[in-house]
Amino acid sequence: MEIILNPWPWYISGPLIAFVMAILLYFGKTFGMSSSLKTMCSALGADKFSDFFKFNWKEQKWNLTVVFGAIIGGFITTEYLSNDVATDLNKTTIAELQEMGFANPGSTLVPNELFSLDSLISIKAILLLIIGGLLVGFGTRYASGCTSGHAITGLSSLQKQSLIAVIGFFVGGLVMTNFILPLIF
Amino acid sequence: MKYLKYLLVGIFFGIILVKSEAVSWFRIYEMFRFQSFHMYGIIGTAVISGILFLQISKRIALKNVRGTQLDAPKKEKGFIRYLIGGAIFGLGWALIGACPGPMYILLGTGVYSMIIVIIAALLGTFLYGVIKSKLPH
Repeated sequence: MEIILNPWPWYISGPLIAFVMAILLYFGKTFGMSSSLKTMCSALGADKFSDFFKFNWKEQKWNLTVVFGAIIGGFITTEYLSNDVATDLNKTTIAELQEMGFANPGSTLVPNELFSLDSLISIKAILLLIIGGLLVGFGTRYASGCTSGHAITGLSSLQKQSLIAVIGFFVGGLVMTNFILPLIF
Repeated sequence: MKYLKYLLVGIFFGIILVKSEAVSWFRIYEMFRFQSFHMYGIIGTAVISGILFLQISKRIALKNVRGTQLDAPKKEKGFIRYLIGGAIFGLGWALIGACPGPMYILLGTGVYSMIIVIIAALLGTFLYGVIKSKLPH
C-alpha cells in the first residue's frame, strides 16, 4: 500500500501516460486535453461568433467525459491514495522559491501564494491566474494542441509539427520561469 | 453505457498525473530551471513507450474499435502556428504550472481557484477562434 500512497517514480508514470494515449487511440479517439476547451466554447454558443466553433460538439462528448473523469481522479487521489509526503524537490529549487517569497515549496501541489482562496483577495493573484489561463487557452488552440496532443501523441507518432510545438512550449516556459517569474515575485 | 469507459480512462489519467506529481506547480518550475530530471523522465518515458506502441501497432496492423488502422491523427502543415502558439502556451504553462489536463485534475484535488484559470482558458480559446483569420499560421 505504501507503494501506492507514496509519489510514483517517473519510470512508472511515463509509460502509464502512454497507456492512456494508447487506449484512447484504440477507442478510435485521440489524447488531447485542450480540445475540451474548444468543445465547451462551442457548447456554450461560441459558434455564433466564429466558424471555428461551428461543429457538432455533441460528437466530442466523450472528451468532456474524460475531463470529468480526470476531475474525479484528482479527487480520489487526494482523498484516498495519498499520504503527506512532500514533493521531493531539488534543494536549490526550494531555496530559490523561498527567496522569491513562497513559504513551503513542495508541501502542496500548487503554491498557496497564488492559488489559496485567501490569495484570491489579492488582485495580483487573480490577475496572474487569469493571464495564465488566457495564455494556455489561446496558445493551445493556436498551436492546435497541448502537452497531451503534441508532446505525447505528436512526438510518439514522430510528427515534425509537434516537435516544433514542443520547442515552442519550452521557449515560452523557459522565458516565463527564468525571466518573468523573478520579476513578478 | 458507452461513456463509462471514457469516464474510467479520465479517472485513471487523473490518478496517474497526481501520483506522478506532474500536476505540481513546483515540478514545472523545477523542470524549466533544469533542476530535476523528474519531469523529463516522465515525458521521455511516455514518448519512448508511445513510439514503441505506435511502431508495433503499425507492424502488426493493429485495428482500433472502428476496424481501421490504429494511428495518431496527423497535424496540419505549418510552422509559425506551432512555434508561436506553442510559446504562448508555454508562457501560461510555466506561470500557472498546469497544462489543460492538470487544470481539471487540480480542481478535483481541491484547488478551487483553478475555476478562474479554466474560465480564462475558455476565453483564450474563444479569442483565438474569433481572431484566427487575422493570425499567421
